[in-house]
Amino acid sequence: MAGSRLLGRLPVVHQLRQAVGLQRGMLVAGLALTGVFLVLATLAPVLAPYGYSQLSDESGNFGAQQAPSAEHWLGTTVGGYDVLSRVIWGARTALLVIIVAVLLSVFVGILLGLVSGYLGGWVDRVLVVVADAIYAFPTLLLAIVAAIAISGGQSGLWSGVFAAAISITVVFIPQYFRVVRAEVVRVKAEAFIESAKVIGASTPRIMFRHVLRNSTRTLPVIVTLNAAEAVLTLAALGFLGLGIEPTSAAEWGFDLNKSISDVAAGIWWTAVPPGIAIVLAVLGITLIGESLNDLADPRLRARRRGKGTPADAVAQSEPVAREELGEVQ
Amino acid sequence: MAGESTNAVEIRDLNVTFATDGGDVHAVRGVSLDVRPGEVLAIVGESGSGKTVTARTILGLLGPTAVTDGAVVVSGTDVVELDASGLRRLRGEKAAMIFQEPSMALNPVFSVGWQLAEGLRAHGRISKAEAKAKAVAMLRRVGIPEPERRVNDYPHQFSGGQKQRIVIAMALAMQPAVIIADEPTTALDVTVQAEILALLRQLRDEEGTAIVLITHNMGVVADLADRVAVMLHGEVVETAPVADIFAAPQHEYTRRLLDAVPRLEAADRPPLPEDTPAPLVVAKDLIIEYPGRFGRRSTFRAVHEVSFSIAPGEVLGLVGESGSGKSTIGRAIAGLTPVAGGSLQVLGTEMLGVKEREFRLKRRDIGFVFQDPATSFNPLLTIADNVAEPLIVHGQAKRPGDARGKVDELLEAVQLPAAFGDRYPHELSGGQRQRASLARALALDPKLLIADEPTSALDVSVQARVLELFIELQERFGFATLFISHDLAVVDMLADRIGVLHRGRLVEEGTGAEVLGAPKDPYTQRLLASLPVPDPVEQARRREEWAALSG
Repeated sequence: MAGSRLLGRLPVVHQLRQAVGLQRGMLVAGLALTGVFLVLATLAPVLAPYGYSQLSDESGNFGAQQAPSAEHWLGTTVGGYDVLSRVIWGARTALLVIIVAVLLSVFVGILLGLVSGYLGGWVDRVLVVVADAIYAFPTLLLAIVAAIAISGGQSGLWSGVFAAAISITVVFIPQYFRVVRAEVVRVKAEAFIESAKVIGASTPRIMFRHVLRNSTRTLPVIVTLNAAEAVLTLAALGFLGLGIEPTSAAEWGFDLNKSISDVAAGIWWTAVPPGIAIVLAVLGITLIGESLNDLADPRLRARRRGKGTPADAVAQSEPVAREELGEVQ
Repeated sequence: MAGESTNAVEIRDLNVTFATDGGDVHAVRGVSLDVRPGEVLAIVGESGSGKTVTARTILGLLGPTAVTDGAVVVSGTDVVELDASGLRRLRGEKAAMIFQEPSMALNPVFSVGWQLAEGLRAHGRISKAEAKAKAVAMLRRVGIPEPERRVNDYPHQFSGGQKQRIVIAMALAMQPAVIIADEPTTALDVTVQAEILALLRQLRDEEGTAIVLITHNMGVVADLADRVAVMLHGEVVETAPVADIFAAPQHEYTRRLLDAVPRLEAADRPPLPEDTPAPLVVAKDLIIEYPGRFGRRSTFRAVHEVSFSIAPGEVLGLVGESGSGKSTIGRAIAGLTPVAGGSLQVLGTEMLGVKEREFRLKRRDIGFVFQDPATSFNPLLTIADNVAEPLIVHGQAKRPGDARGKVDELLEAVQLPAAFGDRYPHELSGGQRQRASLARALALDPKLLIADEPTSALDVSVQARVLELFIELQERFGFATLFISHDLAVVDMLADRIGVLHRGRLVEEGTGAEVLGAPKDPYTQRLLASLPVPDPVEQARRREEWAALSG
């Protein structure tokens, strides 16, 4: 009982129990797609038939642009890699980038938002102007500039992942900053912050014990939506040739780029699988984010319709009021 | 159908269930009520008793999560059976509503004339000029001065009482058979409340409109109602004419509700010994200002040269209407609002130009109880952690766990079971939360307690228990108190001395007997006269007095 109550308080699990109807369908579909994505990413070495940079096996070279066959279910690319393997390994790269990008931007964004929103004054004004300035850049341009500055455009797995993640982070920090700052400004005016001040609590204590946790309600939604955007930005960077070398890791955007000429030649199997992989990964994460968003808002949340009039519903739902009123019934 | 019925509203066996996250809530259970034309039926009960839900079914205003069964017949039409377009015709023409918060019921971006015309044009073809002429007539009807000019004004240009008059005009526009007034005066000051009640009574007498009055204020009931229905947990426990309810309540709950209503007695308390030590708080010509947006020019002066003092162990009550500066004074003493001029000494520290760092050490001797117990606790900490917070901040405990013994003691002192410490604030009722709030304020055994409207968010019976507890704790711990309230009767129960504030000035100060028994200042006299007392006979007599005083 205690275990299941604890489980029920976890984000996502709690919402899954709460959801009904279409909202539940969206959430379940999103969770399923994302689950597949996570399984592919973590178990890539087991699931993929070949390595991401493997060009040959015992029976010799794979050959370039081979049509789907028993050996290569989705054929091979112009560079002679197995398409299916690259799609599966690509999930791993995407997941790494999401984790690094989201972690970096969440920490930096929350800290800046908290300081800016709570302290106010010139710190706040400067940070808001900087955030606005970053908003003014097209996100992809910013990511390209960051990618070039960090890695010169080309690199191996980890440096490539970090280059992509940091370029995405630069774009995302203002979003977290804005959201957390707005919440902090709201929470700052609440009576319990005043009561902490009256008690004599120090400013850092008020910020971290009372304000911080009350200001992060909307973050799970933004994290999921940003995770989806991170996948897209990574693919766009790869597509523009600023991604990761094929010998360092598999990357969907890079594969799409290399398959451009194939499309005109009627070779579909090099372009479609990474494209679908991007779409499904983004769709899955976005569905989770959107349904979390709907469920978080009591005005948007659908509920089970009441059936009949069970008399004990009142007793279950309002024990406190009864206690207050004593024995009179 | 009950088409031949002569009642304005007939409710038969009404049941309303809400689907919520926590399962179904059965908010109204088998309620039957009648309202006759030209009658004021008051529905009283505590929050959560189903009184608002019952009244809202008359207009079909419940949300999509509500399931309604039974019959609600408004002049021949069963509302429960109506579809959306039928409901739209019903609203305005047969039944209308007056809301609690007039500033929220009016759209701020349209002129009031436009909003009045909107209602008229929604129910039939009428030209713009006609609608405007009618809007002017309606404003005159509800006592707005210079209606021809003011019809083009926007809601923010009217005072709270005038806004409520406009809302009433809107409700009256189509001459409905019944008006639902949901706490129509709760958001208003007591002197304005008296005017609005007089207007409602006059309209009922002249138009013959039935009024369903929802309120928790027994004084308002005594003033306006003809019949009273008492609700408890979704059921009507007693219905009787207003005189009978007050003179001979039948149901146990009605009796308890009436007993809990604080009454103005203007009793004299034994004066404190003369040779009292140095006062804890001394204000001399205290001035508090809120800076305007553009430099010093638009500075708003909330408190004008107020002088008072609070001796150790003394309870000073500050009363006044909203905007009188009473809360501002309390916040200045707690160091939440800076002092602009004069002098304010708190526990020996001069607050004019004080630095937070210097004052922080004094804070252990000051407890503060906030108005709304729902927001004054960090919702993510348990009650025990919240109550332990002052102990940790002032170094009496390292972690919340270490303070638990002391916290349990405090909870016991405010009559909460120690087990409540493990609950979260939202799992407690309003009264329980306010008691926990008292426990937190007393955690460091303060010399001074500032209570800013501590009971105004509570139901009347809960309020009575919190006040009793407060008196008991004050006697036991002997702390001095600044008790801020808009309710004269509440202050009368507690305070050794009472100060009356009006527009930032202290107009009268003295013992309870002096200020409430024999008020000298005209404002205090008006304040006392407009306070409705929970006794219909007595209230009728006072009403005349009030009319003489204000007329």
